[in-house]
Amino acid sequence: MKKVEAIIKPFKLDEVRDALNSVGIKGMTVAEVKGFGRQKGHTELYRGAEYTVDFLPKVKVEVVLEDDLLEEAVNAIRKSAYTGKIGDGKIFISPVEEVIRIRTGETGVDAL
Amino acid sequence: MIRLFVLSFLLILGAGGTALAADGGKIDSGDTAWLLVSTALVMLMTPGLAIFYGGMTRRKNVLNTIMLSFITLAMISVQWVLWGYSLSFGSDIGGLVGGLDYIGLKGVGTTPQEGSTIPHLLFMMFQGMFAIITPALITGAFVERIKFSAFLLFTLLWSTIVYDPLAHWVWGGGWLMDLGALDFAGGTVVHISSGVSALVAALVIGRRRGYPYEAMHPNNLPLTLIGTALLWFGWFGFNAGSALASNGSAVNAFVTTNTAAAMAAFTWTIVEWFHRGKPTLLGAASGAVAGLVAITPAAGFVGPISSIIIGFGAGVLCYLAVVLIKPSLGYDDSLDVFGIHGVGGTWGAIATGLFASAAVGGVDGLFFGNPGQLVKQIIGVVATYLFAGIVTFILLKVVDLLVGLRVSDEEEVTGLDISLHGEEGYRLS
Repeated sequence: MKKVEAIIKPFKLDEVRDALNSVGIKGMTVAEVKGFGRQKGHTELYRGAEYTVDFLPKVKVEVVLEDDLLEEAVNAIRKSAYTGKIGDGKIFISPVEEVIRIRTGETGVDAL
Repeated sequence: MIRLFVLSFLLILGAGGTALAADGGKIDSGDTAWLLVSTALVMLMTPGLAIFYGGMTRRKNVLNTIMLSFITLAMISVQWVLWGYSLSFGSDIGGLVGGLDYIGLKGVGTTPQEGSTIPHLLFMMFQGMFAIITPALITGAFVERIKFSAFLLFTLLWSTIVYDPLAHWVWGGGWLMDLGALDFAGGTVVHISSGVSALVAALVIGRRRGYPYEAMHPNNLPLTLIGTALLWFGWFGFNAGSALASNGSAVNAFVTTNTAAAMAAFTWTIVEWFHRGKPTLLGAASGAVAGLVAITPAAGFVGPISSIIIGFGAGVLCYLAVVLIKPSLGYDDSLDVFGIHGVGGTWGAIATGLFASAAVGGVDGLFFGNPGQLVKQIIGVVATYLFAGIVTFILLKVVDLLVGLRVSDEEEVTGLDISLHGEEGYRLS
């Protein structure tokens, strides 16, 4: 099993959710986050005073899935979160040791 | 000062309410109705100013910023009745200050004064609203760091020692009135005096911690725009009400006020767009106020086309003052009181000497063949700069000695809402 964490532009969330659903994922977790990558922040101008805003609002999507769905899911995120402009975000993939469903105690892929 | 208080107290006791003066003309119901409305309009400007400023400071200081203007409305309303009106409009003493004859509104009744068609009491209240908003304007220079006690003391002293005599000079029969300097609704008395005093205050009190390196975002620009709208709305009472009658002069002032505000808002926006790449709402709001300031001394003396030029000049000059001059000099006039009221007021006073037309208000300016009027305007401007600037400096030093001007570093970092008032502007949980 793998965990996919994708940092995306907030307005792309609906498209990413739909794309991942059609891949067949069983669930997802999202969070509003702030941060910067190579894009850095943006500048704001108030009566001529220019301020740099370092941390931009982003959405983090977390999905845990079976290994054979990974490639398809990553492609789905890439496609749906893509604008071609700086700041589209990143995808992080890491192995997941175990999953446990709290209600039933099931483990592994069955618990997803 | 103590003698003055004792004397005031005795006079108030003797007054026994408002006696009816025997002098004066007949009440005109149209004029009186308009001035009642205008007085209420000008009152609304001070809470309007409070939220105009309130939106521009940081989230942790929004309530304190609003409070400074609002408490001025409370304090100076009482000061004006007790002695402010008398110092401004009491019988002339050497062209410099009004006498104590109206202390506690003694002799200020419902009968109009000589040559007036509205009750004397109404004139007093209308003028009182100007006395209230002027010190409130200064607050923009030292928000986010002044001690509340120091602010109250400074404002009471400033109103008594700077505003009241200045209002006498220009409107109460003082030397600038005798000279013939024109100031329809308060370009020198209200805007130059508050602007210059604000600049001095910003220099004496010093910068906010972290200025100009730390980002200091306005907390709520929609609030600032509501404030701008209330100021614009109230300004019709301020300027058109200053005709002191419901007549053609009032209508002219109404038209020039709206036109100049509109032109200045538009000009600031366009200049900023070209200069910095984006047209901002805060810029449009700032331009509108700059235009309102600049037309104030001229409103009843110039025609609509002149008011477009005055608005254009206000948009350009105030933009330059705020965006280029202030940062290059490094002082922290936090909400640009000098850049907008000082510079806009100065431009307006001079423009009155340029564009005044006898066909509109009975006096010609330079462009209508009377260069002498420009000289009188400049004398008025210079005198106001010197008087307001010097006395404000002395008052701030005195207040600093008595109670200290600034909050502690810790209070400033925490924010004045929590540390001075024990409340927060935004609780979203």
